[in-house]
Amino acid sequence: MIFQPAALALALLLASSLNALGLAVAGLFALRMLRHWHPDIGSEAQIALERRTHLVSTLVVLSLLLSLPMLALFTHTADAMAPFFAGAMCAVGSLKANAWGLPALAVMLVGFFLAAAWLVLHRLDTRGWDQPLLLAKYRLLLLLAPLALAQAALLWLYFGGLKAEVITSCCGSLFGPAATGTLAELSALPEAIARPLFFLTLALTLAAGATLLVRGRLGRAFGVLAGLNFVVALAAIVAFIAPHIYEQPHHHCPFCLLQAEHGYAGWLLYPLLFLGTAAGLGAGLAAGVRAQSLHNEAPRLAAALARIAVAALASFGAAVSFYLWRSNLVM
Amino acid sequence: MNTWIERQRGLIDTTVANLRRRKARNLGLLLAYVLLVFLLASVVLFGDGMRREARLLLEEAPELVVQRLTAGRHDLMPAQWLERIADLRGVAAVEGRLWGYHHDAAVGANLTLQVPREAAPAAGRVHLGATLARLRGLAPGDVLSLRDHAGQPHAFVVEALLDSRSELVSADLVLLGEADFRAFFGIAAGLYTDAALRVVNPLETRTVAEKVLARLPATRVISREEMRRTYDAVFNWRQGLPLMVLSVLLAAFALLAWDKASGLSAEERREIGILKALGWDSGDVLAMKLWEGALLSLLAFLLGYTLAWLHVYYAGAPLFEPVLKGWSVLYPHFALAPEVDISRIVSLALLTVLPYVAATLVPVWRAATLDPDEVMRE
Repeated sequence: MIFQPAALALALLLASSLNALGLAVAGLFALRMLRHWHPDIGSEAQIALERRTHLVSTLVVLSLLLSLPMLALFTHTADAMAPFFAGAMCAVGSLKANAWGLPALAVMLVGFFLAAAWLVLHRLDTRGWDQPLLLAKYRLLLLLAPLALAQAALLWLYFGGLKAEVITSCCGSLFGPAATGTLAELSALPEAIARPLFFLTLALTLAAGATLLVRGRLGRAFGVLAGLNFVVALAAIVAFIAPHIYEQPHHHCPFCLLQAEHGYAGWLLYPLLFLGTAAGLGAGLAAGVRAQSLHNEAPRLAAALARIAVAALASFGAAVSFYLWRSNLVM
Repeated sequence: MNTWIERQRGLIDTTVANLRRRKARNLGLLLAYVLLVFLLASVVLFGDGMRREARLLLEEAPELVVQRLTAGRHDLMPAQWLERIADLRGVAAVEGRLWGYHHDAAVGANLTLQVPREAAPAAGRVHLGATLARLRGLAPGDVLSLRDHAGQPHAFVVEALLDSRSELVSADLVLLGEADFRAFFGIAAGLYTDAALRVVNPLETRTVAEKVLARLPATRVISREEMRRTYDAVFNWRQGLPLMVLSVLLAAFALLAWDKASGLSAEERREIGILKALGWDSGDVLAMKLWEGALLSLLAFLLGYTLAWLHVYYAGAPLFEPVLKGWSVLYPHFALAPEVDISRIVSLALLTVLPYVAATLVPVWRAATLDPDEVMRE
């Protein structure tokens, strides 16, 4: 095991383990909750369950608060570890140094969006007098808990299995012309298709968001579009945004964006995209809630989230346009 | 949004007032917290500083160093060998280096004697590292006397002292002329300690190294990249060692925090009871208690980190110096260049604040869900 940058790896392992422990407890509680929850009975057991919901929601809030810095720290650690592996030049090389790096990153991403969705449900649920979303909330928790466990396990496997002598591959071979697989196909996507597709999806998403804000309609469509926009945006970053920032037609890596040589562009683009997507998904979710006791509260929360989402996604689009405009690359 | 901020402000006000009222109780916890952050941050800052220093030094090192091996041991390299690798494609320059160690009984330490690449001192003159000069009480113009390989005393006039900014490498360094060096160690002309190669294209270093090995199989080729990795690994390992020890402390601190948080005084319990009777719900009390932890953590982290910063960059990290620097007789005195690294701050915050939060969460929740009726009846 290498403890390169020692403090970073230790912090990540500690954070993910505590996160897994907390959410495992919450998951076990969710199981009990789904089986024994009877709001109409004022028994001792029921009151104890009600009390425990406070603990569980705090746990998930903390877990969400933790997941963004952890995501940033993990990619940064992978980036910082690159010099240790022959062949690695950025985070991709370190993540591919063994089989667990990329899955760990993927699980972290999914975990982040799920935790955000859970918080939206939770917030709405506590506003309705009859807690209409309680069961949905705890069913979602049953998904969140195993994910946190998987995340911690993958991180332990990843850091535990790192060997410096492994020759890993540079991002050039993962996103390059000679590579095969989904990522390579993404990077081969011609700009003539990817560029209009990206801006069209973003424009549609923003339009749906604006309609939600002004007319209070198209909420669910906005949620779906925000999710779709996330996928398209990631593909667009690999296909043409990253090459324009590097000003190199064959350099498609989405991780090199995080490095100092490229003005830390990734640290501007990704947080905006993540924030916008999480808020957009949440707005869609809130707009889709049909409970009687929330007929005031749900649209209000949907609008608040849509405001954040539209602001973040518009800034993301502006930042991308700025990078494209500044670039001297002609593809 | 505004009402939310107002609510949080109200909660913070209450929390600060609470903390102030129970000064003595919180001060003990705060001290332990600050100490923990201070120790962890010192180790991390110092280890990173050393790693950066080593990396800067290696930037000027040759891309490849070739050493002759005889029976697996480092041996002197004949000049003809240098010619045999000089014409390899991709090699910009080959240079025979002369350096060696000498045990100086007067100081009780090993000195490094080296012939510099350019501007070598004239015959009979030397340049001295600042630490060595300090220990032997020498100034420019004084005479440094050393016993050579045959036991004969050699007198050198100290011409100049080396720049103290490079003390990390030059602490025990003696620079002298080639003729003096060969006479002192009894090394015949045409033999070198090892060879330094400059490579035209850094990306080709690996290939050039392979070619050198093919031509001179009885050698060991060390690349700068490898040296860098080795230094990094050494400092990481040395940093990991005290971190491991400190993790025990971390556990102890978590226990202390848990104990403090779960041992609510009767007064506090009554307070919570009254707040709830006044209409606060469990969520409000929980938020207040979490704010209490967050404020305490923030304060402790800022204090501890600042202290560690001063300790490492201005006081020279006296607490961890021996472990992290290594065990040398001639300790160089040098100041690390201060640097702020956000990822280190985030990871330190995770390392120290998380255990605190984890340890206090359940007691805090217990306190927040107390039954007002039950508490006030006590």
